Amino acid sequence: MKNLLECMGVEPDRIHFSWISSAESTKFVEVVNKITAKVKAIGPNQRFVKQAAKVA
Amino acid sequence: MSTYTDTMRETARRLLKECRVDLVIGFRQGSQPMMNEPCLVRKPEDVDQLVWDSNCGINLANYLTNRKEKIGIFAKGCDSRNIVTHIIENKVQREQLVIVGVPCLGMIDKRKITAEAQGEILAVTEDGDQINVKTAAGTQSFAKADVLQQNCSVCTHRNPVIHDEMIAEPVAEQTDVDPYADVAAIEAMPLEERWAFFDDLLSPCIRCYACRNACPLCYCPTCFVDESKPQWVGKSQDAMDIRTFHFLRAYHCAGRCTDCGACERACPVGINMRLLTKKLNKDCKELYDWEAGLSPDKRPALDSYQANDPENFIK
Repeated sequence: MKNLLECMGVEPDRIHFSWISSAESTKFVEVVNKITAKVKAIGPNQRFVKQAAKVA
Repeated sequence: MSTYTDTMRETARRLLKECRVDLVIGFRQGSQPMMNEPCLVRKPEDVDQLVWDSNCGINLANYLTNRKEKIGIFAKGCDSRNIVTHIIENKVQREQLVIVGVPCLGMIDKRKITAEAQGEILAVTEDGDQINVKTAAGTQSFAKADVLQQNCSVCTHRNPVIHDEMIAEPVAEQTDVDPYADVAAIEAMPLEERWAFFDDLLSPCIRCYACRNACPLCYCPTCFVDESKPQWVGKSQDAMDIRTFHFLRAYHCAGRCTDCGACERACPVGINMRLLTKKLNKDCKELYDWEAGLSPDKRPALDSYQANDPENFIK
């Protein structure tokens, strides 16, 4: 899925997969921090966003 | 390839007369040139409507889904792979089928011919490797290799992978082609260009779902695009809705698509949505060494776990 999204032009850092057990709270925090940093670095998503219909 | 027609009629007649099958699925002449249509023959006296030429690109496996009769079916390489996929997915039982293999030299792309032809096409005939197109202005000839469907020109499974009998001797498989060259070209583009490329590719889509209907893999009783509770994807012509539809459609075919080209062939606006399914085929080949529909005894890539499955995407 990640491969096809990237092939279609979605930034590689936009999508992440991880495997975290319910007992791995520290890993959860680490992963979330890492992902947040990466996503912040590439900025707000401009793609795969549906614009609300503009009424003139 | 049109020489197969007589043998086919004989085979179909024999199967029906001997009551080995209740119906035979093949092709008959369409009402327009280059538009042969699928045809279900139930009586021996009706077999003479069957034909075979280079316009039989529709995937006949699509007509097997959930049938309970005993069926004789003519199968090119790609049809046979989709029949295998149907058997694996329990959409038809192997015992129901008499698969008559048809070695295939590729199907012609009606769009390429329409684009080259001067004026309205009145008739298309073929003579070996030459395609003769009759228009009001005269007759034009094309080399078949120049007007093949793109997927046929890079096909590496021309002979049926599964069959009970064969209509002719197997043809030589192509070995010097790279089926994934077009996908590799897209992967090599920078990110921005890739996004723009697919924007451009999908922009003519009118959401008619012909690609889905022509696809032998798309047999869900209710397709995700038709569901309204919950509604998985927006139904509008918005570029993002279109893209989501094509992305999800492709993903539903992951590890199952045989690149038969039925979707592209059916598209009224000529979108090459095969690029999406093909990317997934390429991934399946590279990650799991899997090509769909080659053997009824192997479980599909996305249906089996192996300890060495690649997992470097999991962080």
